[in-house]
Amino acid sequence: MADVPISPRAMTRPAALGRTLDLWRQGDAIQRLALLTGILLVLVAVAAPLLSPHGPLDQSLLNRLAPPIGFERYRPGYFLGTDELGRDILSRMLYGLRLTLSLAFLGSIIGLIVGAIMGLVAGLFGGICEDIIMGAVDTQIAIPFTLIALLFLAIFGSSLLVMVCVLGLYGWEQYARIVRGEVKRLKTLPFVEAAHAAGATNMRIARAHILPNIVSPLVVQFTLSFSNIVLLESTLSFLGLGVQPPTATLGSMVGVGRDYMPTAPWIVVVPALAILAVTFAVQILGDWLRDRADVRLRSR
Amino acid sequence: MLSYIARAAARILLTFLVVITLAFAATRLSGNPIDYIAGQGLTQEDRALLIRYYGLDRSVAEQYLAFLKSFFDGEFGLSYVERRPVSVVVAERIWPSLQLLLSSVALTLALSIPLGVLAAIWRNSWVGSAIMSFAFLFYAVPNFVLATFMILVFAYWLNWLPVVGNGSWAHFIMPTIAMSGILIAGLTRFTRNAMLDVLGQDFMRTARAKGLTETEVIFRHGLRNASITILSVIGLQVAGLAAAGSVVVESIFSWPGIGELLVRSAILRDYPVLQFGVIAVSAAVLLINVLVDIAYGFADPRIRFGKA
Repeated sequence: MADVPISPRAMTRPAALGRTLDLWRQGDAIQRLALLTGILLVLVAVAAPLLSPHGPLDQSLLNRLAPPIGFERYRPGYFLGTDELGRDILSRMLYGLRLTLSLAFLGSIIGLIVGAIMGLVAGLFGGICEDIIMGAVDTQIAIPFTLIALLFLAIFGSSLLVMVCVLGLYGWEQYARIVRGEVKRLKTLPFVEAAHAAGATNMRIARAHILPNIVSPLVVQFTLSFSNIVLLESTLSFLGLGVQPPTATLGSMVGVGRDYMPTAPWIVVVPALAILAVTFAVQILGDWLRDRADVRLRSR
Repeated sequence: MLSYIARAAARILLTFLVVITLAFAATRLSGNPIDYIAGQGLTQEDRALLIRYYGLDRSVAEQYLAFLKSFFDGEFGLSYVERRPVSVVVAERIWPSLQLLLSSVALTLALSIPLGVLAAIWRNSWVGSAIMSFAFLFYAVPNFVLATFMILVFAYWLNWLPVVGNGSWAHFIMPTIAMSGILIAGLTRFTRNAMLDVLGQDFMRTARAKGLTETEVIFRHGLRNASITILSVIGLQVAGLAAAGSVVVESIFSWPGIGELLVRSAILRDYPVLQFGVIAVSAAVLLINVLVDIAYGFADPRIRFGKA
């Protein structure tokens, strides 16, 4: 009777700061850099209105296409130069970063909730419910999501709301698969059977015994899917199908700026570098978290 | 083997039917496309005429049946924008797309498999870690960012390469690299891991013990066994990534392929083209999945005989 697993009731959660410190101590140089970059990007995005020297939409036609600091024709006050309408690139980049991160975060959350519920339903009830949901999962895995996104955006037009919905549709199938698998595994464990025997409803079992146990794989999947959603949003906005001008995300700044690339490359280079910073940080952090979770799985 | 193929085919056919239905349902959700394509100054009579012309006055069920029927006629309706049969519009895009896809896959295989094998063999030296660091960093570079930087450097600053179109071999260089970047990074990492798994197996020690040279051990026993897992990734991941990549890369370089057509018809709301394009690309991806499943069966007798 040594190994009867007991339901780890909502573990006492160490403060987010404590966890981050933990992560920092275990990381190598690149991972620490990614962690720092990630934290910095989030802080900058949150504080965008405070940090921006200008409004993201403020035009100053006299200062059009000014280069960044250090080049000739630099206009004081516009550190990273201006675009074709004299808008400050630094400010637009900060706001664009803010929008990119918020869109990706919203999209990931929606995908997580939808996927988790689907997986929970499929795993707990089984039968025809499970067949339909897993059929939908298989279909979505088989079709490249970019195609689905193109169809959606063409039909419903490009607005922030549609964009959030499209991004939310991404990745739910991964969560559903994970949750369903875990639920089916957990369902056979003694503590769930015991809860059943004690007369707990399905709802209560899902909430009190299953959910706390699948948090960790979901967190890992969340990080991975977050990085893909950042990519997807940037790509769609780059193609002109995402967020519409004058509002900018990092992707649409690169997309629109392409026309000015020969004469004013900074319009494109600055947001492109910002995208690289985001994808590097998110990718490395996601991989790192997955490796840590794997280690934990192996030691079980 | 036959029942194995039949099962794979049945699953794919079902998925395909779902795709067709979804593509149809999606484009009918948005009201009347005539309002988008014909613009403002249209008289009532002309509008009614156009609606009749495109068959939009019939009931949804009739339209769905006509849509399904068009698959057997090989017509697929008329493009709203080009006023030509969709099949013609899409067909002339296939070859350029295929060319770009093939050159990208060739580049990916030529680079990532040797690199992955090397990274696995020299996993403890600086060569291995250098390869893996590069693969890791490249995996985080979105293809449109890679393309943008390449255009900036090689087209505008150095003036070496053309940006637009597919006229000569020089036109292939940047789109191919832009498409392959992520694929190479991903497949290198994957090949290394698959090789590492195999290198640790007992039969590798046996192969060495019976006196094979290191090259023979690695290629005949190592890579051959790793190739099964590598193959599945090529089929499943690469097909999806390449479809997504071609949409972006073809748009950037104005490559006259299906990806560029899809984006253009999404922006112009040319539903018949978009619909059929999505179905065609999905079908291609699904077909590749089936082929990989089957190839998988050939490569691994355990799967073929249903013993795995």
